Amino acid sequence: MKDINDTPIPRTDPIQSATFTNPINAEIRRAAATGIYDIRGGGAKRRVPHFDDLLFLGASISRYPLEGYREKCETKVTLGTRFAKKPIELETPVTIAGMSFGALSGPAKEALGRGASAAGTSTTTGDGGMTPEERGHSDKLVYQYLPSRYGMNPDDLRKADAIEIVIGQGAKPGGGGMLLGQKISDRVAEMRNLPKGIDQRSACRHPDWTGPDDLEIKILELREITGWEKPIYVKIGGTRPYFDTTLAIKAGADVVVLDGMQGGTAATQDVFIEHVGLPTLACIRPAVQALQDLGMHREVQLIVSGGIRSGADVAKAMALGADAVAIGTAALIALGDNDPKWESEYQKLGTTTGAYDDWHEGQDPAGITTQDPELMARFDPVEGGRKLKNYLKVLTLEAQTIARACGKNHLHNLEPEDLCALTMEAAAMARVPLAGTEWYPGKAGF
Amino acid sequence: MQTFDLESHSLRELNSILHAQKDDTNQTSWEVINARGSHAIAVGLDAPIEVTIKGSTGYYCGGMNKQATINVHGSAGPGVAENMMSGTVVIEGDASQYAGATGHGGLLVIKGNASSRCGISMKGIDIVVHGNIGHMSAFMAQSGNLVVCGDAGDALGDSLYEARLFVRGSVKSLGADCIEKEMRPEHLEILNDLLMRSGADAKPEEFKRYGSARQLYNFDVDNAAAY
Repeated sequence: MKDINDTPIPRTDPIQSATFTNPINAEIRRAAATGIYDIRGGGAKRRVPHFDDLLFLGASISRYPLEGYREKCETKVTLGTRFAKKPIELETPVTIAGMSFGALSGPAKEALGRGASAAGTSTTTGDGGMTPEERGHSDKLVYQYLPSRYGMNPDDLRKADAIEIVIGQGAKPGGGGMLLGQKISDRVAEMRNLPKGIDQRSACRHPDWTGPDDLEIKILELREITGWEKPIYVKIGGTRPYFDTTLAIKAGADVVVLDGMQGGTAATQDVFIEHVGLPTLACIRPAVQALQDLGMHREVQLIVSGGIRSGADVAKAMALGADAVAIGTAALIALGDNDPKWESEYQKLGTTTGAYDDWHEGQDPAGITTQDPELMARFDPVEGGRKLKNYLKVLTLEAQTIARACGKNHLHNLEPEDLCALTMEAAAMARVPLAGTEWYPGKAGF
Repeated sequence: MQTFDLESHSLRELNSILHAQKDDTNQTSWEVINARGSHAIAVGLDAPIEVTIKGSTGYYCGGMNKQATINVHGSAGPGVAENMMSGTVVIEGDASQYAGATGHGGLLVIKGNASSRCGISMKGIDIVVHGNIGHMSAFMAQSGNLVVCGDAGDALGDSLYEARLFVRGSVKSLGADCIEKEMRPEHLEILNDLLMRSGADAKPEEFKRYGSARQLYNFDVDNAAAY
C-alpha cells in the first residue's frame, strides 16, 4: 500500500505470539482433529530449575583437595540398614530405576541387568513382574510392588534383593499407567493375566491399602512374607516431599526413593507430565529435612531420581543429602534410545533424534521400547549392557572427580556447603547461597 | 495338632515356624490361639498344611498364600487372602474391605458378609461369599470367579476385564462396562462346583451372571464419560 504521496507505507513485522506459539498451535490442531489428549513417554521437557543451576566451589586455601590418581574417594553405598537382615551393598551410588518388561523389550531388560551388574549396582523391575532373564542377569534386583500387582507373586518376592513399594513417580504423581494394546504380546499378556491386544490400565492407588497407617501394615506383611530379609523401599513422586518422606519413614521404610518431574514414564498424558509435580531440584532438601527432623538421615537412605545425566548431577544430588541416585531415561539413551543412526526412521514416524517419545506405540526404531520381534532383533543385549556399564563407570568417575576437588574421600561427604547457585530459583530450592553471596531466598539478613 | 499362642509368642515366630514347613511335613495341622486382631497372620505360606485361627484377624491374614488351608474362626480384617496363589482360606465370620484383592488362584470362602472392594483386581482367584458384598466389588477384576449368595452393593464390576461374577440376590448398581450376561451350561457347572466346595446352601439356577461388555478394552474418546 502507498500513501497519498505515493510513498510505500512501512509495515509491521509479522510477530509470533509468545503465548500461542507454533508448537502450542500445532497441539490445538491435533486435539481438534482427534478429540484425545496427547500421550507420550519420558519426563517433563520444559525447562525447570535443575542441577545445571548449581556449581561446586571446589577447594583452594581454606579447603584441601584430594589427589586425583592417588587418594581414595569411596563410592560404595549400603541401602536398607534400618530393618532388613540383608541390606544391599553397591559399588556405586548410581542405580537403575524401575522400568517394566512390557514397556521395554526382554533383551532391553536383560541389558539393564548386565550393565548394572558389571558396574556393581542394582536394577529394578517394573509394572509387569519379574522375568527370568532379568533376574538371571541382575546381581542385585529390586522388585517393584505396584498398584496393578501384575505378575506379583511370593516366589519372585523372595527372589528379589529388595522390594520397592511404588506410591508414585515423578512424571505423573497421582496417576496410574497405561500399556496400550499394540504392545501386548502373548508373553506380556500372560504375565499380566489379561487378554492379548487390550489396553492394560495400571491403577493409581494400591488395591488393598490407603494412607500411611495402612502402609505400615502392608510393609509388615511384606516383611513377614520375606522373613525380614529384604530392604523395603518406598517410591514417591515429587509432590509434597517433606510430608511424604516423613510418612514413608513413619510407615517403616528402609529406603525412600524420590522421583522428580523430569523422571520418565513409559506413557502418560503430556499435560500430566508437564504440569503436575515438582522439579527434582525442589524435592531433595525438603526430603532431607524430613529425614533430619526424625533423626533418620543416613539410617533411612534416600535415592533421588529424575533428570540425572552426568557425574556432576550425581554429585550435586548427593551433596544436597541423597545417599544414591537412580537413572532411567539416561540408561535408555546409553543403550541406544534416540540414537542419530535411526534418524531416517524417526523422520518416518514424524519425529527426530532426541525428540522421539512415542514409546507407547511400540515402534521404537532402536528396538528398546517395543515388543515387535523384528525391531527387538536390532538390539543386542550384550552390547547394550557393555555400553550401560561404561556409562555408569563414567558417572561414577565424574562424581569422584568433583568430590576429590572438594576434598572429600567419600561421595557421601559432599555437602550443601560445597555448592552455590546460579539463579535465585535454584538458590531457593536447593537452599544454597547465590554464587558470590552468602544468601539464599528464605535466609534472614537480605 | 500343633498349638501356637500369639499371646505368649510373637507374630515373627509364628510365621517363621509356618514358613519352615515343607511339602512333606508331618506337622500338617496347626491351631493359632489368641489372634486378637493381629495383622499379617499366616502370610506367605507355601506348604499343604491346615491352619485354624481362633478369633478375629487384622489386616492381610493369609496374604500371598500357596497350598495351605487357612480357617479363621472369627472375622477377618482388610485384605484377607490378598494376592493368594493357591490353597483355601475360609472365614467363618465377616470380612472387611479388599477381601481376596489381586488373588491369582485358590479359593476364598467368606461365610458371613464381605465389605467394599471384595475381589478388587482379582487375577484368577475364586471367591464365594455366603452373605452380601459391599460397593465397588470386583473393580478392574481380571479373571477368576466371584460368587455372591446375597446382594451386591453399588458399582459391581466397574471396569471389569474377564472375571465372572455370579450374584443370587439384588445388585444395587453395575459399574462401568459391567453387564448382565447369559448363564450358559458351562457357567452353571463352574457355579455348582464352587457352591459345593464352599459349603454354600444355594442352587446355581438362582444366580445371575455378570461380566464385561468389553467396550472399554481399548481407549475410545467417545467412552470418556464412562471413566
